[in-house]
Amino acid sequence: MTAAGRQDYEMVVGLEVHVQLKTRTKAFCSCSADFGAPPNTNVCPVCLALPGALPVLNHHAVELALRAAIALDCKVNETSVFARKNYFYPDLPKGYQISQFDKPLAEKGWLAIGELDDKTPVRVGITRVHMEEDAGKSVHDRYNGATAIDLNRAGVPLIEIVSEPDMRSSAEAGAYLRLLKQILSYAGVSDVSMEEGSLRVDANVSARVRGTTRLGTKSEVKNMNSFSAVERAVDAEFARQVAVLESGGTIVQQTMLWDGAKGETRTSRSKEESHDYRYFPEPDLPPLVLDKEWIARARRELPELPAASRKRLMTEYKVSDADAELLTASAGMREYFEAVARASLDPKGALNWVMGEVSAAVNAAGVRIDEFAVRPADLGELLRMVRDDVVSHTAAKRIFTRMVETGKPPVQIAAEEGLQKVGDDSALTGWIDEVLRENPSEATRYVNGETKLQGVLVGLVMKKSKGTADPKKVNQLLPERARAGAGS
Amino acid sequence: MRLHHQRASDAAHKLLAQPLSECVACVREGGAVPVDLVGAAFDRADDVGAGRESLNIFTSTDRDRATEHAKSLAAHMGLAEAPGNLAGVPVAVKDNIATLHTPTTCGSRILEGYVSPYEATVVRRLHANGAVIIGKTNMDEFAMGSSTENSAYGPTRNPVDIRRVPGGSSGGSAAAVAAGIVRLALGSETGGSVRQPASFCGVVGVKPTYGRVSRYGLVAFGSSLDQVGVLGRTVEDAAIGLEVIAGCDPLDATTADVPVPRYELEKKAGLKGLVIGKPREYFPEGLDPRVAHECERALDAFRELGAVVRDVSLPHTSYSIPVYYIVAPAEASSNLARFDGVRYGLRVMSERGLGGMYEETRARGFGPEVIRRVLLGTYVLSAGYYDAYYKKAQSVRTLIAQDFRDVFASGVDVLFTPTTPTPAFELGAVKDPYEMYLSDIFTAGANLAGVPAISIPVGAAAGLPIGGQIIAPHFGESVMFRSAFALERALAGQYLPGERE
Repeated sequence: MTAAGRQDYEMVVGLEVHVQLKTRTKAFCSCSADFGAPPNTNVCPVCLALPGALPVLNHHAVELALRAAIALDCKVNETSVFARKNYFYPDLPKGYQISQFDKPLAEKGWLAIGELDDKTPVRVGITRVHMEEDAGKSVHDRYNGATAIDLNRAGVPLIEIVSEPDMRSSAEAGAYLRLLKQILSYAGVSDVSMEEGSLRVDANVSARVRGTTRLGTKSEVKNMNSFSAVERAVDAEFARQVAVLESGGTIVQQTMLWDGAKGETRTSRSKEESHDYRYFPEPDLPPLVLDKEWIARARRELPELPAASRKRLMTEYKVSDADAELLTASAGMREYFEAVARASLDPKGALNWVMGEVSAAVNAAGVRIDEFAVRPADLGELLRMVRDDVVSHTAAKRIFTRMVETGKPPVQIAAEEGLQKVGDDSALTGWIDEVLRENPSEATRYVNGETKLQGVLVGLVMKKSKGTADPKKVNQLLPERARAGAGS
Repeated sequence: MRLHHQRASDAAHKLLAQPLSECVACVREGGAVPVDLVGAAFDRADDVGAGRESLNIFTSTDRDRATEHAKSLAAHMGLAEAPGNLAGVPVAVKDNIATLHTPTTCGSRILEGYVSPYEATVVRRLHANGAVIIGKTNMDEFAMGSSTENSAYGPTRNPVDIRRVPGGSSGGSAAAVAAGIVRLALGSETGGSVRQPASFCGVVGVKPTYGRVSRYGLVAFGSSLDQVGVLGRTVEDAAIGLEVIAGCDPLDATTADVPVPRYELEKKAGLKGLVIGKPREYFPEGLDPRVAHECERALDAFRELGAVVRDVSLPHTSYSIPVYYIVAPAEASSNLARFDGVRYGLRVMSERGLGGMYEETRARGFGPEVIRRVLLGTYVLSAGYYDAYYKKAQSVRTLIAQDFRDVFASGVDVLFTPTTPTPAFELGAVKDPYEMYLSDIFTAGANLAGVPAISIPVGAAAGLPIGGQIIAPHFGESVMFRSAFALERALAGQYLPGERE
């Protein structure tokens, strides 16, 4: 395969993203939807598909799905219909999955994943957003020669977000996924964690000769466990297809599995393609009717989305474009920053602390910002203490470290560790005199006019005071004490 | 280990044969104890030969548990709290309705010995009203059949004539009422499975409006058609029973939040000026003359009561059987997918792995009629056939429902028709499945349209009961019962329900 040959082909990618909705209970019963419980403990007659049990729709799941649809600029269908997708699999207890088919919750949305040089947005169309339930989990490696089934996940609410085949590179696919994740996280719809399985991605990839408009035969690539895996899998699959086409072959529509270790896609042995799901309307659930008022309320109550947040931070707090971008990477970080800014009345200080100490500490602890030990109100108070000269900047950093460790409020730590600024003359002169005594040659040179040594000596005093000395007063007192010392 | 059970008192036996209302009043006033009534029901079952070797009415009974339950109820009698509308009443429940402690087999091998860990809403309501379940009744497997011959546990026989079928699929429940073991039994309907056996056994059978009664705990056959129904000795028994089980249920999203009226208050109401539609499609040329004769007599009785009988038409009636046999099997093919050997019920392991386990479990667990309908349903939902069959059937179904809406909108209050084209046939007499399907020709329409209907005995031919059907508009059970009460009263003395000649 030559580089020149590769250029003749264009990549076409569409993505199908499954997102677990952040509900307390499952989609059609009142079992907990929590992740990580012992196997088969979050189950009941409904999600075990016992004879005679019936599904009842979780309205919170509808609220979240609706919110996602609105956040993705979709047209919401006032009437959508649940359908049964029929297939046999041991972790699918009813022998069908309740999903939506020809009348999904929402259709025809879009995301702008970036802009061209002339500022026209690069849009990715969203074909549909529909609600469905998750299946259970087959565990193949726990019992020798047997498969175990865990049905805790069976019936957990999902939305499937299907994009148009509008992406032309793995980078665009990655940008789409990152933006989608950011928006869903902002909207409070999902935890969107690929590690915990609350976000899953399948990619439809095809290749066509550049300049043509007809779509090539696609393959569906599965088994990616991160966004970068999606990007690599898409590239690998495209390369495979180009190689087939260049050698005169044709692409067969099939499911491919990504092998991250080998960096290649391979044919899935499952007979999934041959499935006829025999969709038909779910008779146990009436059509889902969302009246205009409900949709309007969801639109009103939609939390602020990233693009709007960025703009607002720039005007309201005067932060730079780049800083706004970083602060809005997650809704949590943005909220934290704003809370600190409000509590401290010092947006600039808040920005410096959040981007510096807070980010570093959060990363070091490996937690989410909303789990971080230092609450924004406390950090705001610390910033106020600095501004009001109650503690020095140096002491503030020590206090912050202790806050991370203990979660205690800054006032308490400052008091316990004696870190308030000391402006009391006798204490200060005590420290100054000690420093002058301990550093006689510097003291002498200083008195003899080497004034640049003032900074060094003040620094030593600060150090001796463990950062509590008020540097302004030290600066004032130092010349007088040095002269007095020289005279004695 | 069985307890020794003494024969119940003569008084209890006599009371068991009285209307439910009297029975309940007697229990509430302390004149009878539930444990005696329950004992009388079990005695009666022994007396009439309800066992497997004879009528084969039950798939399971548990006299010890029922007796204990009845004793525990006695503690509540005479207390300030209301003991319920079925205080101490023995009832039978079709074996596709989930009960705790006793198996729920659906008449199938695949659920042999399966005991539900939860109980159906209708069962909960029976219990809340003081009823005592004495047993689970035999049925066509998964309610697929019209004769109760399709049970894995052998056919039920008709107490009126033991050579004949009791109808189906709720044949065991109809037989239990007809044999005088209980005054009230629960059945289920998908295309006539309560009304048709009620007609064959000479008892009253009610199919409520779709959404009137919770399906939670009713093992699904055709979910958009299924309703739990009641079989009673009299219209009043059935009315009391329906009132207990009816009402909105948060566990069934297809139940309707419509108030449940006091049906037995219709007992004394007159029919003056009521318009009764006689749909010509239900009185075809070739109708069995015995059936036609008894139904004409019933219409005469209506006229004498002051009702107006009007000839009407439900033009799409002839499509109801074809539509029914597409929609119901389609839903059944999906509803029965859960019987896969993975979580409960029969599992047949196979050398051929998972696929083999599915195939052998289902091949051995399901009987031929169930397999036929699952195949049929799978076919009509398959890619390439969906539009031609399932989708087309759904459009025709809306036309059938529109027929009913139109006729009721035209000023007709209720419709009167025969319940079945013939009286009960002999065991083994109907071998062609399609001929068997035609048993439901007059009943399936109400299921497809979702409207309520009742079958009551209107006469007999050579000792075989003949049922007449009253069909009412959606949630029009009150007018349905009013008509049925009046007709029953008018016909009293001419034919006693279930009475042997």
